[in-house]
Amino acid sequence: MRMTTIGGAVTTLLLAMGALGALHGCATAPADDAVAARAAASLKSSFAARGQAGLQRLDQDETQKLCSEYANRPLPASVAEKIQQANLATIRYPADGKLVGDWKNGEKIAQSGQGFQFSDGPSLYRFGKLRGFTDETRKYAWGKVYNADAFSACSNMPRFGHSAILTEQQLRDVVALLVDPGSPVNQ
Amino acid sequence: MRKVAAIVIGIVAAAVGGAFAQSSTVDEIAKYREALQDGNPAELWEARGEEMWKTPRGPKHVSFASCDLGLGPGVVKGAYAALPRYFADANRVMDLETRLLYCMVNQQGISEADATKVKFGDGSARRSDFEALAAYVASQSRGVAMNVRVDEPHVHDMYQLGEKMFFFRGGTHDFSCATCHGEDGKRIRLQDLPNLTKTEGAQKAYTTWPAYRVSQGELRTFQWRLNDCFRQQRFPELVFGSEASIALTTYLAGRANGADYNGPAIKR
Repeated sequence: MRMTTIGGAVTTLLLAMGALGALHGCATAPADDAVAARAAASLKSSFAARGQAGLQRLDQDETQKLCSEYANRPLPASVAEKIQQANLATIRYPADGKLVGDWKNGEKIAQSGQGFQFSDGPSLYRFGKLRGFTDETRKYAWGKVYNADAFSACSNMPRFGHSAILTEQQLRDVVALLVDPGSPVNQ
Repeated sequence: MRKVAAIVIGIVAAAVGGAFAQSSTVDEIAKYREALQDGNPAELWEARGEEMWKTPRGPKHVSFASCDLGLGPGVVKGAYAALPRYFADANRVMDLETRLLYCMVNQQGISEADATKVKFGDGSARRSDFEALAAYVASQSRGVAMNVRVDEPHVHDMYQLGEKMFFFRGGTHDFSCATCHGEDGKRIRLQDLPNLTKTEGAQKAYTTWPAYRVSQGELRTFQWRLNDCFRQQRFPELVFGSEASIALTTYLAGRANGADYNGPAIKR
């Protein structure tokens, strides 16, 4: 049972990180921008606010806009760089400098399905062990969970910190699941 | 049904048993689905829909015999496999549900508010006419090759719009349809997700809807399928019959062209 739980946590966490979308396709048609603009407007008129999900969720930020535009064709290096720089600038570290929380809570967050719903990103198995249990690894893990687009533009992984999906403490706990030597991920 | 119950118990027992690799669970679910195809409860919705189709309804006491799904008034054979399509009388591209609504309002005299009171059933007393009618109409395209006229200008326009929407990333989690349906081997928990950017993935997925969902005890239409995808994407609620719903349906139905329609299917 213990093994099942740990296996589940690791699997779920794998889902969390998400892969860089495979980007391929062909060149843009001239009218492509016009179609994209019409699609965005049409979506706006096709949805209704319900509960916590308001229509503002259809307002794309620059990252979402660019990542949609290049979703089925190669992402130029210059655009990727622009996206990563913009997202890197959003990462906030906790005021008290404490990046690592409790991996047991992190495991619960990973299991809860909140923002961790889809599958098969790169393996996170031994995330900390492979990178070394250093300040650098902890800082990287924090940034990656906070805003994955800062490191790989148009990642499938949600920007858990930037988009306020997880609280600061939840981020700490998920980071702990990745980098704590005692975490099942690093066994 | 007894065979079905035995399989369900078998799966539950196996899952509770614990040491059960995911791949073999997927195999078991595949077997379970296969076994269920023989006694698909969708037939109950098809029968109810057929009855409804043939019975005079609404203030004008008119049946669907005058409803043109694209192949002529009252013709259901093969109609679903060619939807969505452009309807000159409504001057818009319509999927099956919006066309049914059009007939209810314009021919049977039912108000739109009344007609759309129950868009999706709850698996119990709250039943949707759309789900029953869709099951019946779709069943009459079984074995018919999908042939959505994507070269027709209005349909082509919707198809292009739908394609853009498929890749539109938004919401709190930056999800688009393609996030889950743009690569092979994706799953939500144990549910394998079709890669709709590939022809065979789109064909296999689209041709099985509408479908009976065992977990909900309900027959679900493609409007429901899209609505629930967007819920999981953390988007606001997709409006029934909205332009986006038609555009996405057109895109996915068009991508399924050439494959035999094979629904209503049964899903977990």
